[in-house]
Amino acid sequence: MSGVVSGAVSAPLLSVEGVAVELPTPRGRLRAVDKVDLALAPGRTLGIVGESGCGKTMLSRAILQLLPKRARLEGRVMFGGRDLATLDPESLRRLRGPELAVVFQDPMTSLNPVLTIGTQIIETLQAHLGMDATTAFKRGTELLAAVGIPAPGQRMRQYPHQLSGGMRQRVAIAIALSCEPKLLVADEPTTALDVTVQAQILDLLAREQQRRHMAMILITHDLGVVAGRTDEVAVMYAGRIVERAPTPALFARMRMPYTEALLAAIPKLDSAPHTALPAIPGRPPDPTRPLPGCSFAPRCRYADELCGRAKPALEDPDDAGAPYACWHPISGARTSWSASSP
Amino acid sequence: MAKFVGQRLAYLLPVLLAVSLLTFLIASLLPGDLAYTILGDQATPEKLAALRAQMGLDLPIWQRYGLWLWDVLHGDLGRSFRTGETVVNAVLDRLPVSLELMVLAELIGLAIGIPLAILCAVKSGSATDRFLTGLAFGNLSLPSFLVAILLIFLFAVQLNWLPATGWVPFGEDPLVNLRSFVLPALTLAFAEWPALMRVLRSDMIATLQEDYIAMARAKGLRPARILLVHALKPSSLTLVTVTGINIGRLIGGAVIVESIFALPGIGRLLVGAIQARDFIILQGVVLFVATGFVLVNFIVDMLYAVLDPRIRHGRA
Repeated sequence: MSGVVSGAVSAPLLSVEGVAVELPTPRGRLRAVDKVDLALAPGRTLGIVGESGCGKTMLSRAILQLLPKRARLEGRVMFGGRDLATLDPESLRRLRGPELAVVFQDPMTSLNPVLTIGTQIIETLQAHLGMDATTAFKRGTELLAAVGIPAPGQRMRQYPHQLSGGMRQRVAIAIALSCEPKLLVADEPTTALDVTVQAQILDLLAREQQRRHMAMILITHDLGVVAGRTDEVAVMYAGRIVERAPTPALFARMRMPYTEALLAAIPKLDSAPHTALPAIPGRPPDPTRPLPGCSFAPRCRYADELCGRAKPALEDPDDAGAPYACWHPISGARTSWSASSP
Repeated sequence: MAKFVGQRLAYLLPVLLAVSLLTFLIASLLPGDLAYTILGDQATPEKLAALRAQMGLDLPIWQRYGLWLWDVLHGDLGRSFRTGETVVNAVLDRLPVSLELMVLAELIGLAIGIPLAILCAVKSGSATDRFLTGLAFGNLSLPSFLVAILLIFLFAVQLNWLPATGWVPFGEDPLVNLRSFVLPALTLAFAEWPALMRVLRSDMIATLQEDYIAMARAKGLRPARILLVHALKPSSLTLVTVTGINIGRLIGGAVIVESIFALPGIGRLLVGAIQARDFIILQGVVLFVATGFVLVNFIVDMLYAVLDPRIRHGRA
């Protein structure tokens, strides 16, 4: 999956252009996503990484056109040459399933508790592929088997609460894959699961992505999750993309101090016992009170007066295909980021 | 599922026993001597004592309860000392009228309440929602005798479309029978739909925020399927509860509506029994109505299990 750093020049399947999402709150307008640009070619995988509250879920909802009713969307979400934001509901409905699919974070809440697993797969097949009930049941059973669910025929007749979390997420994946989508958005697909099944679910997603040559957006707060499983990574902070690079390039040479801090926050096996994890000090800025300068400046060890005054743009000065938004990028090899510094 | 039904049935027995005890106590503790009521103020003390002994009124209260319960369990609820009619016959005679009225009123109430609730939930916060919610609230505050009089004035007096009275048994002439039920059922439905709409609306608004609704939309299902299959079923538990309570209440007849529209239902039987101080009928009807209420609630419990598999499997 990795290897190809640049080169894939086919027309993008998805291109997000200047997308911003604003939500009304009692404390004023919350700018959850702030002018994000992204492109994804068919069959490629993109990881979106950031802390909770950085806007990654709102960005995915904007791509899927599943924003809350009161949210305001700016910019364009071009998918297969059409702007999803201006599409009429019926055309959008036809895209969902066969073109665009999603796996949500929590399989405890994303499956309907009062409908059988079978119903929830079959209805998708019937809505888009015009299958009759018998064919759809057979196909549904095959799909469950394909995502590694034992005794699929029996599972079809069961309800979500009768399955474990990992099994439910496999069901959600089977549903998402049922109509052979061209793009799958997986929004923290393993965050709600036991550690022991997280890797299984991620491997299942990666395997199906490759087998189907499907584009995938993998949203996570864990840089370790995207490491071996994506072609490209975009790091989000306070609603903006602060660094974007082909995955191997990012891990070889990260430029943005925030990315470095995220990586340092992952526990490592070789650290000495009883050492504190280098957490990132402070908290992300209040999204209803945007800062004039770099949003990460208050928490950054490299920040100076310029960082607090002016917002750095997402630029690619070296033409390396790896833009970043930082006045003082890290140069050279990875430095160890210390959390104790102010 | 069998275990669930068995469990609920086991709860039913003590509840029914308590119902019978309370019914008996209330009727016994009412002021006034039954023998005196029956014989009138011309009765001699000897005659009164003889009747008391004959009816077992001189026995201790727990013994009288035991004897009465024994008879009840054998299908004998006594007979009216005025008309000589048995309680069972009196109730069975009036029951079809009250049941027909109740079923028609609930059907009309649900037929108005459910679609409006779905409409309001989908458009929650809009002008349509605010108007309909306000209309429901206004409706709820109209007393049924007023609604009945307005309906009679409009449909019976002015337009002359429907009769205000003139009930005949269903078996005699089904069409005339149904026509005579339209206005009373509408009157009751006027009080029913606002409550049904409001509970379903708020449950549905909550359900529409659920992840599985976003998932259903992301699957590209048709809006009608999302609303009627994915959202309505998990939202309908409170609706079923309120409908059950209403049905339970209407099993006892709708006193005011039955009186206004001259329908010979349970409600009028009850009022007649109170006015005539016919304790035996009164006691029997109250026991019947209370038992009906308990049974309807049992059915509501069963419906929960049908609607939500988590209750069926004992996980919620």
